[in-house]
Amino acid sequence: MTGQPPDTEIINKVLKGEQSAFALLVERYQNYVFTLVLRFTENREDAEEIAQDVFVKAYRSLADFRGDSKFSTWLFTISRTTCLSFLRKKKLDTRSLDNERTGIQVENRESGFNANVVEQKSKHAMLNQAIAMLSPDDAQVLNLFYKGDQTLEEIGKIMRLEPNTVKVKLHRARQRLKEKMEKYFAHEVREIYAD
Amino acid sequence: MRIKGEPNQSSDHSPVKKYIMDQEMEQRIWEYIDGYCSPAEKALISKNLAENPAWQSKYTELMGIHVLLQSEEPDMPSLRFTKNVMEEISRYQVAPATRNYINKNVIRGITAFFLVMIIGLLIYFVGQIRWSGNSSDSLLPKYNLDAGKLNWGKLLNNTYLNIFIGINVILGLILADKFMQEKKNTRQAGHWSKGDSA
Repeated sequence: MTGQPPDTEIINKVLKGEQSAFALLVERYQNYVFTLVLRFTENREDAEEIAQDVFVKAYRSLADFRGDSKFSTWLFTISRTTCLSFLRKKKLDTRSLDNERTGIQVENRESGFNANVVEQKSKHAMLNQAIAMLSPDDAQVLNLFYKGDQTLEEIGKIMRLEPNTVKVKLHRARQRLKEKMEKYFAHEVREIYAD
Repeated sequence: MRIKGEPNQSSDHSPVKKYIMDQEMEQRIWEYIDGYCSPAEKALISKNLAENPAWQSKYTELMGIHVLLQSEEPDMPSLRFTKNVMEEISRYQVAPATRNYINKNVIRGITAFFLVMIIGLLIYFVGQIRWSGNSSDSLLPKYNLDAGKLNWGKLLNNTYLNIFIGINVILGLILADKFMQEKKNTRQAGHWSKGDSA
């Protein structure tokens, strides 16, 4: 973000009435928010709708952002709560709230992936497929840690968990990801290990 | 006693034990990669990685996944996304901060009201206990809390109750006064700012 104004500066401008400055924050974080939301819905249209809602909520309650955490942490907290309430409202798949059901659904999705495994060429496409096989909570921890650049403490704030619990969750998520990759993308995984 | 992170030299290589050892090794290496281990653990893991082929092989595997995860780009919404958000928020204003419109004095007043109420009730109920009764068969004092036997008339005419109501009325008046004063100040401030701009 060299040469770009820091989040706090943009926030101050917005709070002073310069609404257009908020576009900078949207552009900066839209991909991260969208990725997070996509792990809950797996439907791009719904994900865009929710992500849009997240930014509207963030804008409206911007005065409540006290700056005692990173703006991204605050935004990801709004993302998570918005996703959960959206799922509840629409009575869609609430897998993240029900781990037992998650297991069954992941297994179902896995069987559907078998036919496509051969077609997965790119390592990144493979990684995305493998992450999609994980439960939303596992996927979310990985996304926040790797893509969202959040620390264990920050993820803890977002998910309302203790940092040590996040550490364990992160470890398990990576373990499950590794298992999925080794099971369904053995060829690509061998290449990764050889690199 | 085995140090955390040190490879187990035990000769027992049952599949379950091997699995547990593998898991433990993985966890230690992940902590090492993430930089979440103590300097002592770090030194020990570095030593293991330098000397133990099993640790080296596992480290290569996990580092491969770590690098892949780090290089992963997030998904992108449609190109119109920012425009859509900006169009949506143009209909709204930033809401005032919650801390500005929640008056702490109101919360304090409510807390004081409930505290006074609880203390008043406690005093009344403690007053109902017969401490000098014939309670030789029980260590606990006998309570006279039969709702049918409660003397509600006595309760309502009780001096304590009058004091209790009096305190609440005073608290209510203080709160109302503060509220009116704040309203007056806000109105005056608005009037002055208008005068300044004119």
